[in-house]
Amino acid sequence: MANPGVITANKTEKRQQMSHTISSLFSKYGIFLIFAVMILVASLLSPAFVSSTNLINIVRQMSIVGLIALGVTGIIVSAGIDLSSGSVVGLTAVVAASLAQSPDNSGAFYPGLHLPLIVPVLAACLVGALVGLINGTLVAKTRIPPFIATLGTYTAVRGAALLYTGGRPISDLTDEYNFIGQGDVFGLPVPIIILVVMAIVTHILYAHTKFGKYIYAIGGNEQAARVSGIDASRYKMLIYVYASFLAALAGLVVSSRIGSGQPGLGVGYELDAIAAAVIGGTSLSAGGIGTVAGTIVGALIIGVLNNTLDLMNVSAYWQQIIKGCIIVGAVIIDQLKNRGRK
Amino acid sequence: MEDEYLLSMEGISKQFPGVRALSNVKLHARKGSVHALMGENGAGKSTLMKCLIGIYAPDSGTITFKGEKLNITNTHYALSKGISMIHQELSPIPQMTVAENIYLGREPTTWGGLVDMRKMNRMARELLDRLHIKIKPTAKMHELSIANIQLAEIAKAVSYNSDLIIMDEPTSAITEAEVEGLFNIIRSLKAQGCAVIYISHKMDEIFKITDEVTVFRDGQYMGTDATADLTDAILIEKMVGRTLTDMFHKETTDMGSVFLDVQNISGKGFRNVSFQVKRGEILGVAGLMGAGRTELLEAVFGVTRSHRGSISVDGKAVKINSPADAIRSGMALLTEDRKLTGLYLNASVRENMFIANINSYMIGPFIDFGKIGKDCERMRSLMRIKTPSLLEIIRNLSGGNQQKVLISRWLLTEPDLLILDEPTRGIDVGAKSEIYRLMTEFVRSGKAIIMISSELPEVLGMSDRILVMHEGDKIGELSRAEATQEKILQMATGMSLTA
Repeated sequence: MANPGVITANKTEKRQQMSHTISSLFSKYGIFLIFAVMILVASLLSPAFVSSTNLINIVRQMSIVGLIALGVTGIIVSAGIDLSSGSVVGLTAVVAASLAQSPDNSGAFYPGLHLPLIVPVLAACLVGALVGLINGTLVAKTRIPPFIATLGTYTAVRGAALLYTGGRPISDLTDEYNFIGQGDVFGLPVPIIILVVMAIVTHILYAHTKFGKYIYAIGGNEQAARVSGIDASRYKMLIYVYASFLAALAGLVVSSRIGSGQPGLGVGYELDAIAAAVIGGTSLSAGGIGTVAGTIVGALIIGVLNNTLDLMNVSAYWQQIIKGCIIVGAVIIDQLKNRGRK
Repeated sequence: MEDEYLLSMEGISKQFPGVRALSNVKLHARKGSVHALMGENGAGKSTLMKCLIGIYAPDSGTITFKGEKLNITNTHYALSKGISMIHQELSPIPQMTVAENIYLGREPTTWGGLVDMRKMNRMARELLDRLHIKIKPTAKMHELSIANIQLAEIAKAVSYNSDLIIMDEPTSAITEAEVEGLFNIIRSLKAQGCAVIYISHKMDEIFKITDEVTVFRDGQYMGTDATADLTDAILIEKMVGRTLTDMFHKETTDMGSVFLDVQNISGKGFRNVSFQVKRGEILGVAGLMGAGRTELLEAVFGVTRSHRGSISVDGKAVKINSPADAIRSGMALLTEDRKLTGLYLNASVRENMFIANINSYMIGPFIDFGKIGKDCERMRSLMRIKTPSLLEIIRNLSGGNQQKVLISRWLLTEPDLLILDEPTRGIDVGAKSEIYRLMTEFVRSGKAIIMISSELPEVLGMSDRILVMHEGDKIGELSRAEATQEKILQMATGMSLTA
């Protein structure tokens, strides 16, 4: 029985390589192709679509969900999920607004308070990061499934926002604060500038730093990452902090855009952000897959779709049905792409 | 004595819930030598190595490495001390490149703190060239064959420049030429004064490359010897605690009527193949990887589509379009990769056993767990499955025992034809021998087996007839009497027999 004459070689290699070339081309550029076709169709259907006002409008509208989606992408890449981001938008919006009211408002939350713009901005970012730290600690240290952990914070953080304001909106904000959501620089709305800057920063963070590499590694195979000496808990925690920080930026933008901090802001945004990431090719079924560029295009696709349907006077109810179909369609495409992959 | 050894592990014990994995074992490895760690699956080899690399914490015992007592609590610390490991469960990150996988956790960075991909790819290229491994550093892991993934893992372990490299079944997926390449790497590591702990079930490798052998049995230390003082027989006896007189338990059984008759079927990966299996017969299917063996049998079983040709079972033509059709016709298929396509890893032993046969345990809408318990208990003793209980999660069983559970699953469906694809891959000699015994008992009762195997001794030892395939074609058949290792290899590699 000694000397087993083992015959080996590879049987699946050829097959895998063939299907790989086709599917990799599609998975790399498919989403951009779909987006280009959508733009083309939209401009044919409605000439108003291509006006620069309309295009800027689309991007401004998607900038809030886009910001959240940047962070959610990293979390889904790490094989997690974040349901709390919409609630973070609400809480950070009211915290920032309470510190940015006009000093001459007699019924202000903190009467007579006049702080430089940096204070409400930093406060929102800190509150956001704190929620992220709670999410990250729950996920990384207690090993609660991310869905459950962030479902808890989703509920509790919304409660905190309502508790903080007693359920009332905080209005009459300073002009400099409102500039964040309403102002222009060189003809470009500030929310778009924030989105573009954060998209570039996030892209570099995910694709070119160790932190980013480790997020992909942990999502792809956490055990492998651990045996390579990576402190997986630490990086998981950090990605939740970063994602909630981005949600806090979204909270600043949305409250300054409407000039009012309301505890109910951001309801459902977490799902829109997940949808944008998923349409953009971030895989919910397998970790370690997803890009910033894909997510931005995913968010744009939702934006263009809403806008086109608006221009064509399609009812808002139908729009929701169509959006739902697109999300499911995107996941089906994702699964086809990953088929045959181990 | 401390100075003599690079590594001394003394009095190591480790208890898992319900299992004493290691009791008071020791291991000493010398500088510049290859130390084999042998034992059946579940003997505690991998557990000891996981204690050494910091994945498990031992309950007691000391680890002395380079004269220093270490308390290894995580992999990172072990790596920093100069201990690296090639893991048995291949653990690549599929969406990342070869270079990214190799340098995971120690990426070179630019002065700006960003990962320097160009430098990383260059380092990987140099490393792979030095080891004569032909893989592109920029290839994604999921694009690689299993063999190349294993080679990349080997390169990764070497890249740490460790003083001690643990190789846990490093050759389970690679070809013989590549094994030779690995041995060259090991020899040059030895020359540099590096120690290697080598875990393998393949006897020829143990005798070819190792200097000393330590044997474990059931979590106990059985002794250490110089490889030169050992023979196959002594080593096996040490491992299993008894002499295996007849590994294969082969009996010649009375052949019955033709059970399965396959005529001229073609499909993805194979062309125009015909064969028959009689009741009471074991048909071996030999060939190199990529010869279309698995594809052929998967098509017969309805996993994939076949076209043209015909299949008849017990003389009646049947249409098999899905595994359900095949199961109804009395077939069962044990797949090649038990983790990927066989086991429900998080389910219990019992659930894994009865799942394919659930219809025969239904009383109206309810499941008869009493009957299931009885049947599973019968299988457990028949198959000699080592598990604390039928409710144990199957993930916690050793590979050999997992395989036995899978075979039990199909035996419970009482098939007339059992198709086994690499039934003994990665399992130890003791469990192998028992699987052979079960195969013999199975055909004795007038049933048939088709066995795909890459291990020639197994094919020769168990088959009544051997079908040899080469690049999708059936090259020929050999009877038990005329088959030899050379003839099979000649046919499998496509060399003409008559020439």
